[in-house]
Amino acid sequence: MTLLDEHKTVEDEEVNPRLERRARRQESWRGFFHAAPAYVYLTFFFVLPLLIIFVFSFASRSNTGKPLLENWNLDSWTRLADPLVRTIAVRSLTMAIANTVLCLFIAYPFAYWIATRARQRTRTLLLIAVLIPFWSNFLVRTYAWRMLLDSDGYITQLGQLTGLWERMLFTQPAVFIGLLYGYLPFMILPLYAALERMDWSLVEAGRDLYASGSKAFRRITLPLSKPGIIAGSILVFIPSLGAYVTPDILGGAKTNLLGNLIVTQFQAARNWPFGSALSGAILIVMLVATMLYFRTGGRTI
Amino acid sequence: MALTNHRSNGANEPLSNVSPAMTGKASAVSLHGVTKRFGEDVVAVDDVDLQIRDGEFFSLLGPSGCGKTTTLRMIAGLEFPTEGSVRIFGEEMGLRPPNKRPVNTVFQSYALFPHMNVAANVGFGLRMKKVDDSEIRRRVGEAIELVRLTGMESRSSKELSGGEQQRVALARALVNRPKVLLLDEPLGALDLKLRQTMQLELKDIQSEVGITFVYVTHDQGEALTMSDRIGVMNEGRLAQIGPPEDVYEAPQNLFVAGFVGEMCLLPAEVTEPGSVRLKSGEVIRARTSSPKGEPVILTIRPEKLHIYSAVSEAPPDRNALNGSIVRRTFYGEAIVYEVRIGASDPIEVRVENIPSIGRWDVGEKVIVDFHPEAGMALTE
Repeated sequence: MTLLDEHKTVEDEEVNPRLERRARRQESWRGFFHAAPAYVYLTFFFVLPLLIIFVFSFASRSNTGKPLLENWNLDSWTRLADPLVRTIAVRSLTMAIANTVLCLFIAYPFAYWIATRARQRTRTLLLIAVLIPFWSNFLVRTYAWRMLLDSDGYITQLGQLTGLWERMLFTQPAVFIGLLYGYLPFMILPLYAALERMDWSLVEAGRDLYASGSKAFRRITLPLSKPGIIAGSILVFIPSLGAYVTPDILGGAKTNLLGNLIVTQFQAARNWPFGSALSGAILIVMLVATMLYFRTGGRTI
Repeated sequence: MALTNHRSNGANEPLSNVSPAMTGKASAVSLHGVTKRFGEDVVAVDDVDLQIRDGEFFSLLGPSGCGKTTTLRMIAGLEFPTEGSVRIFGEEMGLRPPNKRPVNTVFQSYALFPHMNVAANVGFGLRMKKVDDSEIRRRVGEAIELVRLTGMESRSSKELSGGEQQRVALARALVNRPKVLLLDEPLGALDLKLRQTMQLELKDIQSEVGITFVYVTHDQGEALTMSDRIGVMNEGRLAQIGPPEDVYEAPQNLFVAGFVGEMCLLPAEVTEPGSVRLKSGEVIRARTSSPKGEPVILTIRPEKLHIYSAVSEAPPDRNALNGSIVRRTFYGEAIVYEVRIGASDPIEVRVENIPSIGRWDVGEKVIVDFHPEAGMALTE
């Protein structure tokens, strides 16, 4: 907003258009140089691997499973229509959506609660509490959950005691618990950021203009925290869809998700072209989904 | 300097102050023994009693932290009193939430909803009250016309200038036809020129809609020019309530004397009713209310002081003090002389820059003269 304003005032004044253009060009060059390290990094570690995967997805393989960069074909891509792949994709998608929604419902009240604490110190402490899990490795934390969910673990015992569940580890709910645990902070932090910079006098104005507490929340707080909701949802949905470690460790061999399928293709099945096609397909789906999400509600970002 | 500008601006306003509001009997807002504590030690508002009349333009004036905004928020229901009661048109408000009170607020920061355009902002209250769509459209149109923003309905509130935002905030509150409109320093964020225009406009709008305005400000010029009555607040208490003239001409205490307008202060002692002895030993006449022997501060408005070169030039039957000029400041339309009287701190004398009044140089011995009625002895 302020940047736009500045441009406007610059244009309002009488300026030499040629000088103006040159200044703009210099400005954009400077911007390019500042961003150069990022460009280099992204090219080598992001664009190039993606291209390699894309190329491999059209490759063929030898009898021993070695990918051969010859006999280019579309076999791997047509195999995506396989019912098995579809089952796993639907399961992954359901899991990712459910996880995103549940994270949102748990994280919103929590982020709201932190953001409305009066003292900055309290807010900082609570945020640190949210971040503490990141101090240890994700793999280690997932193994810790394995302990908790194990047949000797408290959670399984609780289920047996109440008769609600017989076992927990290596079930779909175990994977779900793991995903929820793993990605909840990614929902809390952007929501907190959105709510923390929220102007609460707007809510007061809403209350003053005859909105009840819940109406003021629906009509003012919620729409104004939309950037946080969108950012958090993307941050949770995307890694949930491609999750590998959690379903592998907590789901055993039983709950296969897309992430596991891809790893299997690259390792056990020695089918690099098919693994590449799977990765490429997920990437395209996510890209389209994210773009749609931004298009529908992202204007406030 | 800015303050003086305000005052001279105010002179253009009709100062009669006998608006229909003054004759009305009903109290629009009444506070009884209202106290607000934050935590253990902070007393924001301390035992305030206040009756605001129906249709009146009432200002709460005071320095920042004096409790004026907290008082306003307690009327709005955004804050609840720790003790005491708030009544609006006789109705006890108790813990009633803001959405159930017949008042609306214009917030200091305007608090316009950034995700709504001008029309949606203005119509918000009516939509919450579930008024018919056609009725909402009509009334929103009227309100936008009242604040002269017709044609801006579909602008985003982020695209508006400060003055325009201020008008939207005003329309958004007025469209609901509240019984009382609360304004929390609504002009504070505007520049001086715009502020002066908006002062007059607010006053016009108030007389047009006939709603009681409770106006919080720290700007004494604003309070003097706009209000029917002013409540001056200090440290959570009401220091004085009265029409602008009373507050300016007859401050009841040193705080009001010092906060509202400029004031020359001379330490003195009451010798008998109607006369005081200055530190310099001179005995002069002034308005007093304290008993004999009481130490007082003699207060005189700088514009009520006159300078003469000798006693013979000064009109008879007035107070004439001997002094010497220690500083002269040129303001254009006026010249302010700092004059030392006896051993006291110098006092400021404001002299209009017109040919018939002479000029004096620093160091010159002069006579400072004022009407006995212009001097008021106040106790600390």
